Parts: sequence; C-alpha cells; structure tokens
Amino acid sequence: MPKVSLSHFEASLIFALLTSVVLGIVTKRSDRERIRYAAYCLVCFLGAIFGLSWLMYLGHG
Amino acid sequence: MAENQQPTPAGNWAAALALAWIIPGGGHLLLKRPARGGLLAASVASMFLLGLMMRGALFQPQSGDLLTMVIYCGGFLGNLMSGILYFLTVWLGYSQPDVAGHVHDYGTKFLVGAGLLNLLAMVDAYEIATGKKD
Repeated sequence: MPKVSLSHFEASLIFALLTSVVLGIVTKRSDRERIRYAAYCLVCFLGAIFGLSWLMYLGHG
Repeated sequence: MAENQQPTPAGNWAAALALAWIIPGGGHLLLKRPARGGLLAASVASMFLLGLMMRGALFQPQSGDLLTMVIYCGGFLGNLMSGILYFLTVWLGYSQPDVAGHVHDYGTKFLVGAGLLNLLAMVDAYEIATGKKD
C-alpha cells in the first residue's frame, strides 16, 4: 500500500468533496437537486475551511 | 395518509440494508440504482483507501472514563460501518499504531468518515427499499 502525505488543505478538500457527493445523493430526490445540493455542501465546506483557517491565522497573530 | 401505509415486510429491506453495510453501494445496486450505488461505493472506498494510505489508526473499543469510552467505542463503530473494507483490512493484518502527526490524524478521521458515509448510504438504501424514496 503506497503511502501518501497530504497537506491540511488537500486532505480537507478531498474530505469535503467525497462527503458532498454522498450528502447530495442521500438527501435529495432528483438528479438536478442532488447536483445542486452537493455543490452547495462543497461551497459550505470550502467556506468553513477558508474561514476557520483565517480565524486561526489571525487568532495566533 | 400515513395511517393507510402498510408496514414493509422485513425481508424486503433487511437484505438491502445488510448488503449496503457489507458492500458499500451494494444496497443501491440490489435496488436497481446502479449510478447512485457506484458513486457511493467510489466515495466510501476512496475515503477508506486514502485513510489507509495516510496510515490512519483503526479504533479498538476501550473502557475507562466516559470520554475515552465514547471516543474509542464510537470510533470502532464508525470503522465497522465500512463493512468489507474494514474486515479485509483487519484480516490482512493492517495494524497501525496511533502516532502523532497531522497526516496520520487525517487518516484516522478518513477511516471513520468512510464508515459514517456508508451509514448514510445504508439509511438511503433502507428508505428506497421501504418506498419512502425513489
């Protein structure tokens, strides 16, 4: 099994992408709604990643 | 309207639920939803394999104080929800100690996350099998 070494950003981005796909599939009833909801979740994840990252950066001075 | 609905026989949904647990996406394939099943299988398997490649640790149930029990038993249940991916990993002898480092830490979370995503897929398969969803 190869070993991978991802940065915080890469790991959280992959987590966000895979989780968004599953949330889109399991929560909505039509394909159009699924795609829209998966995209919405991904944008929310990205917002949280960048927002919290800046918060931690500014908090540490 | 809900009062008129007949309860679905257990056999109808139990097989889909069991297959969805053992093989991620398998419940959807059984219920003739191959595209959704394939996407779920790819997502869960990708997350689990990335967790292994990041050398994440698998949880073992531990007792002690309440927080330890919640974390380790919850983590173990999360790992277990990955079905065949978890069983194969254990049977093939994967044994990664919990070591410090952000990559290992992400790996551990990915392994639990894969199980939790599969749990969502199981609930979805159950709802399809019982006719609550298309």
